[in-house]
Amino acid sequence: MPLRRIDIHMNKQEYTITVYTENHIGLLVRIATMFSRRKINIESLNTSPSEAEGIHRFTIVINEIEEVVQKLARQIEKQVEVLKAYYNNNDEIVWQELALYKVPTDEIAEKVKVERLLREHGARAVVIRKDYTIFETSGHREETDKLVEVLAPYGLIEFVRSARVAIIKNSKGFHEKLKEFDEAEPGEEVIENEFLDRREEVFTM
Amino acid sequence: MSTMEQVKTSKAPAPEVKPVKETRELSGSQAVLEACIAEKVDTVFGYPGGAIMPIYDALYDYNDQLKHILVRHEQGGIHAAQGYARSSGKVGVVFATSGPGATNLVTGLADAMIDSTPLVAITGQVFAHLLGTDAFQETDVINITTPVTKWNYQVTDATEIPSVLAKAFYIAKSGRPGPVLIDITKNAQIQKFPYSGYTKCNHIRSYRPKPIVRKEYIEEAAKLINEAQKPFVVFGQGVILGKAEKEFRAFVEKSGIPAAWTILGLSALPTDHPLNVGMLGMHGNYGPNLLTNECDVLIAVGMRFDDRVTGRLDKYARQAKLIHLDIDPSEIDKNVKTTVGVWGDCKETLPMLTKLVNARVYPQWVDRFRECDKEEIREVIQEELNPTTEIMTMGEVIRNMNEITGGNAIIVTDVGQHQMVACRYAKFNESKSNITSGGLGTMGFALPAAIGAKFGAPDRTVIAIIGDGGVQMTIQELGTIMQTGVDVKIMILNNEFLGMVRQWQQLFNDKRYSFVDIASPDFVMVAKGYGIEGQKVSKREDLRPALETMLKSKGSYLLEVMVGKENNVFPMVPQGCSVSEVRLK
Ligand SMILES: Cc1ncc(C[n+]2csc(CCOP(=O)(O)OP(=O)(O)O)c2C)c(N)n1
Repeated sequence: MPLRRIDIHMNKQEYTITVYTENHIGLLVRIATMFSRRKINIESLNTSPSEAEGIHRFTIVINEIEEVVQKLARQIEKQVEVLKAYYNNNDEIVWQELALYKVPTDEIAEKVKVERLLREHGARAVVIRKDYTIFETSGHREETDKLVEVLAPYGLIEFVRSARVAIIKNSKGFHEKLKEFDEAEPGEEVIENEFLDRREEVFTM
Repeated sequence: MSTMEQVKTSKAPAPEVKPVKETRELSGSQAVLEACIAEKVDTVFGYPGGAIMPIYDALYDYNDQLKHILVRHEQGGIHAAQGYARSSGKVGVVFATSGPGATNLVTGLADAMIDSTPLVAITGQVFAHLLGTDAFQETDVINITTPVTKWNYQVTDATEIPSVLAKAFYIAKSGRPGPVLIDITKNAQIQKFPYSGYTKCNHIRSYRPKPIVRKEYIEEAAKLINEAQKPFVVFGQGVILGKAEKEFRAFVEKSGIPAAWTILGLSALPTDHPLNVGMLGMHGNYGPNLLTNECDVLIAVGMRFDDRVTGRLDKYARQAKLIHLDIDPSEIDKNVKTTVGVWGDCKETLPMLTKLVNARVYPQWVDRFRECDKEEIREVIQEELNPTTEIMTMGEVIRNMNEITGGNAIIVTDVGQHQMVACRYAKFNESKSNITSGGLGTMGFALPAAIGAKFGAPDRTVIAIIGDGGVQMTIQELGTIMQTGVDVKIMILNNEFLGMVRQWQQLFNDKRYSFVDIASPDFVMVAKGYGIEGQKVSKREDLRPALETMLKSKGSYLLEVMVGKENNVFPMVPQGCSVSEVRLK
């Protein structure tokens, strides 16, 4: 049995860390300090409810080498209120970011070209007022960035983009796991030494 | 009986039998003290103040069940709680008020965090309605202490107290132990609520302190060990924290593998055990450092490969297959890559491993360590323990002490040269006898920690060994000794320098002694001021009798020994060097 991890990635790349937690005041700081004390910049951070009732889900994006990400995930999972921490590269997840753009209404009303551009980028109007219109798109960063570029010449007034939200492609979700966690004597699913024998796979422990 | 059966068989809905839990009215403060008592804490250390007054008021009535030790500074309080925890194996408890009281705990929390000491710190906080208003003595204790606690929590409602404290004690002592801080607002301390008893916590769903041990890793580890020609065990405090001294000894004795300790692992295996080959790390023994880079299988038990132990990491045991037994999965592969990681409580994993390893002896391999010892004795130890000059050495003080105590005392050390010398040469027969600030290297630790250690192990002799610098950091705790009458032997090894820093300045900064020349008061007179007996020794012929006097004295005693000003601690693995580049001079 291969006990040494073989194909650990040595180059920096984007990793998405997904953390399932209890809903506890102070946990955000506790998790954030895991990064700041190592001088690792958080590219994006999102907290939201998860598929499992009462369980929160942090989605954190960083740019690092796998070894660092793996150690971080272990440190995060060690925190008392954290149930699980997974990390994935971009091939292993489906992700989206939401972006909002505020543009002067007269510009779009007058310039047919703008409307076409917006349509090409899949933008949708959320608010239309006399003075401005707010569009929304979602997608990957490059896509939402592109539209900023495109709209700049037409007097883009405001732009904001949300943190990344991501779904792990081969995850079965947290419902079953949570049942195990609730047990005082958990089964292997939760407490096994998974991370030691499936090191090549998605990190979990 | 018959009515019971009737109820059971009749179709009519059974009357609901609710177990009537007796409740009584308690204040939040009383609930805090009830929790301590239920957790079998007999001594707490602390210092009062405005925001924790309700707890202190309650303490007044609990005096017969819970001993409270009034310290002189909250840092002293938390170090005392650490000493208590480390000598007793129980959870140490410290009380402090809000604001400056709480911030004074931070060093001790960081120390306990890095040295895995089970602690519960309870801080008072301003009234809940004042939170965030910059109220008098308000500090954001939770956020300040987050990185230095295993867990922390702010209570604003008294009804939470029993369950939160149960969690606190459970988290502090389970898995890899650590400090927990509970911040309680004043209103919650005062608030009365129906109290229905204290239930210990043994399950938190998001917290898995102990894994199910996977046999295949034990098997794989045993296989590596059984194939090894030059196996080497390195052990840390995990053996002590896991209360696995017996299991560890059985493993070492059956496998016949030489074993060396980290400074926190010291005393887990008796120092004169034939397979105990000494100390690892920067000022560790020659053999263990040198041969780390020669062994073929390195078995690490309950230790975390601190840089003071490994030296230069990319030249650390590269030739060896590495087995790491630890209860904290984030330690496995953290600093060194393991061949086999055995995640588990060593109290469980060691016996499993012992069963599978062959009973063996490695006479030639163990001889290599003994050969190195001979060289170290010739180059360093002989002169350190039996100096040929008039100048006294720290080593000879420790040797004389060993000869009197026979290795049965608890030794509490501060940080610096004296710490390294004491750990190198002190004899230990029993576990939990070496108490020192290892990971954080906190000067000022020893005096208060020794006080706590004595309360944690009242039947044992406790000797604090402290430098002339470090003792001045928490010297105010002599007041605690005076007031409580606790019996602590204090030995100041005075080299009239901040010795360890001076040594580095000598070796690495061309003897540019920058602010290491530290003046001291007349320590004996200071002690006298506190009603503590003592004497100062400057000549060899006075040393032995003075040590005897100190150890025979009824109460506390302060002995100041003037040692060589510019002596150095060797061997040494200079920072940034490999363990095999260990220098004997
Ligand atoms: C709180 C704190 N401040 C500074 C240091 C850095 N430091 C490490 S050893 C040392 C010198 C200690 O001098 P002394 O207490 O006289 O002991 P010696 O080394 O002479 O035995 C210093 C300043 C420290 N470890 N802790």
